[in-house]
Amino acid sequence: MHPSRKRKIRLAIALSLAVVLGGALIYTSFSAATDSKQPSDLVAGATPGKSYELTGKVKRGSVQRDDEVLRFRIRDRNGAASVPVRYTGAVPDPFREGREVIVKGKMENGLFVAEEDSLVTKCPSKFKKENSE
Amino acid sequence: MTGFGRAILVLGLLVSVYAVVAALRGARADRREWVVSARHAVYALAALLTVAVVVLEAAYLRSDFSFGLVVDNSSTTTPTFYKLTAMWSSQAGSLLLWVWLLSIFASIALALTRHRHREVVPYATAVLGGIATFFMVLLVFEVSPFVRVADPPAEGAGLNPLLRHPSMMFHPPMLYSGYVAWSIPFAFAVGALVTRKLDAEWIRSTRRFALVAWAFLAIGILLGARWSYSELGWGGYWGWDPVENASLMPWLVGTAFLHSIMVQERRGMLKVWNVSLIVATFTLALLGTFLVRSGVLDSIHAFGASTVGGWFLGAIIVVLAGSVALIVSRLDALRSERRIDSLASREAVFLVNNLLLVALSFVVFWGTFFPLISEAVTGTRSSVGPPWFDRYTVPLAIGLVLMAGVGPLLAWRQVTRAQLGRLFAAPVAVAAVVVVAALALTDAGSSPPSVLLFAFAAFTISAVGLEYLRAVRARRRVASEPLPLAAVAVVRRNRRRYGGYLVHVGVAVALLGVAASSAFNTQRDVRLGPGDSARVAGYDVRYVRPTSDLSNERIAFGAVLDVRKDGEQVTTLRPSRSYFPAASDSMGPLGRFFRGESTSEVGLETGWTRDVWTAMQPDLRVLNGPIRAGNRIARDLPPEAQAVMIAALSQRYIRQAPPATFRLIVNPMVTWIWVGGLVVLAGALIALWPSPLTARRRVTSLRAARLGRELSRA
Repeated sequence: MHPSRKRKIRLAIALSLAVVLGGALIYTSFSAATDSKQPSDLVAGATPGKSYELTGKVKRGSVQRDDEVLRFRIRDRNGAASVPVRYTGAVPDPFREGREVIVKGKMENGLFVAEEDSLVTKCPSKFKKENSE
Repeated sequence: MTGFGRAILVLGLLVSVYAVVAALRGARADRREWVVSARHAVYALAALLTVAVVVLEAAYLRSDFSFGLVVDNSSTTTPTFYKLTAMWSSQAGSLLLWVWLLSIFASIALALTRHRHREVVPYATAVLGGIATFFMVLLVFEVSPFVRVADPPAEGAGLNPLLRHPSMMFHPPMLYSGYVAWSIPFAFAVGALVTRKLDAEWIRSTRRFALVAWAFLAIGILLGARWSYSELGWGGYWGWDPVENASLMPWLVGTAFLHSIMVQERRGMLKVWNVSLIVATFTLALLGTFLVRSGVLDSIHAFGASTVGGWFLGAIIVVLAGSVALIVSRLDALRSERRIDSLASREAVFLVNNLLLVALSFVVFWGTFFPLISEAVTGTRSSVGPPWFDRYTVPLAIGLVLMAGVGPLLAWRQVTRAQLGRLFAAPVAVAAVVVVAALALTDAGSSPPSVLLFAFAAFTISAVGLEYLRAVRARRRVASEPLPLAAVAVVRRNRRRYGGYLVHVGVAVALLGVAASSAFNTQRDVRLGPGDSARVAGYDVRYVRPTSDLSNERIAFGAVLDVRKDGEQVTTLRPSRSYFPAASDSMGPLGRFFRGESTSEVGLETGWTRDVWTAMQPDLRVLNGPIRAGNRIARDLPPEAQAVMIAALSQRYIRQAPPATFRLIVNPMVTWIWVGGLVVLAGALIALWPSPLTARRRVTSLRAARLGRELSRA
């Protein structure tokens, strides 16, 4: 085979591999992704059985612990709407009332049932301000 | 003193602007004295910023609370080590660290190249000065590290307890050194593009900086993982968090760059690819700094909303647009001198490894920025989790481990089929033995990707080891030296090659650890009272007794755990949770000691085959009543009496300790990750060490120059 023809074939193979990988990335990321919602979005209407990523702040005075189960409410960053959450698994060190958190799970009869270990708490950079909010 | 610090920064800004102007002037008019002056301005910037850093560090050491930063993240009771390192836990302090490191790296690079590359250096100086100017503008106008507190408080807030871990204190400077050092090859690449001096010369003079940047990033990433594993109470070392990804991406692209520049040096190929890779690496390094500081993505690291996000976005756009325009306008000068002769050649393997690395970093990039991408496309923000990342990164990583063994076996240009058989027979046999052993002796068969990775890692380690032995044997035959001498001599003669091979071994070892620990760990979350026990992966863990400790400005509640296997004691672990007093009084004078920031102290038994990892979450509800009652009394009591009450409260917890929640993990081969990291570091150091030959050449050339000067004077 002529060397330039060989190179063209190689280039075509490489490009098609890149296209396949890129296509797979796009397809799987859109199909596997979990939508990110605020409590008010879920209150307004959530598909039962569908996974969501819930972001917001831990409502003051809402944190309760029974054995391994942690119960709390997440409210909108700027707003009063809130959703009750049932969570099991590791609780991040900075978890606290009033902090911003992200948790993954499904809505079941108005209760957000979180996946195990899915709780993420944002690091506060200046924790001296935590009580001023 | 804050005024002095500010003045220094303003002066630094002027000096860095001057460096850009002088360098450009020197380049245009071809007047050397301007270029020399620009270089001196960079030295001056390094000196000024050193003074600024010293002023700030001195303020931390003296607990000078007229400095806003000192109030925010230090206190009189903060241990000295953390006072010294508290600087980079703030945004302004870490930006100061960035530009200080930049000025030092730039000074070293310009000093080393002062007699070389007359055309390229002025533009490289201008680029470095430009980057410094950007950061100086931020420090002077946007986030000053020298904010004055008009009315200094008596005590500062202290360092965030989560960050009080030795590896967390070294992690940011390492990562930043990595990010910053990439600007040196980037600046020289831009200089080479502008002046069309696109042979391998710019690569040769900045190769070491690329390697330094790469090594620093590697250490920084590993320290971050180590911190996560031993300080955060979840038991993992990597979670595909945006900020972790942000440090991984420049490392991956930088790895590709370090390999593909060898192809350009040896064979004059891949020129467009190389300048593109260094532009991408530097942009990703900026992006890494930006991601931590901007809050555009949800991350545990996103330190709240910040004002510098827009600035960084602007800088990234300027760097990208400028570089792409420059590369496109120089495409004619970037044409390859040769073409790849055969797929069975080292350059072809380097190309494959480059494509794998770039694909890998693209996957990471896509996943990291997916929340923004999906918001732009569908209108709803959504994100992908670790399983999505694993689906792509695992096969790509397995492919890379294989390439790490194939590359060193193949020669440049072409390898014949007969040679191929001879080179591959032994490593393939070793890999086969390892697979059979793993399947027969362990239950590794339940995870096919892991078995594949074990096989390829064994192949790579043996391939590199045999290659080295071959070289030693050849050396012994030729030089008739004893074995140890020959073994050292081979490495000394070619530090770059054997340092690189050692890095390959280290990466293979580390990935073995990653594969084993992520596929075969056993984790249990249990609730145990004193005296109870639980079983995890054949280990019996018994909660012997609760503990409490009041010292180092915190209260720690913990547990003594007795770990046994088949009835025999393995170790005693002491996980605990530390409660740091809250600065405000809103939880009551006693309550603030128990309801402030808390961190896990992990109880960890490390071993070659497995780690036993334990964390504890004590249940302090029994103290709620007493704390409420105590708060009412303690308000008017002196601190000594409050201390007695706190001690009494912690005694009360010990006496009637309720069941606590434990996380118990048996994690195989985690230690190999850290060992692999050390091997990588050793390999990088060997590759970086100046070879005796070039050191001698430098000395003799200096002597020759001096002789020449003296002769001309005579």
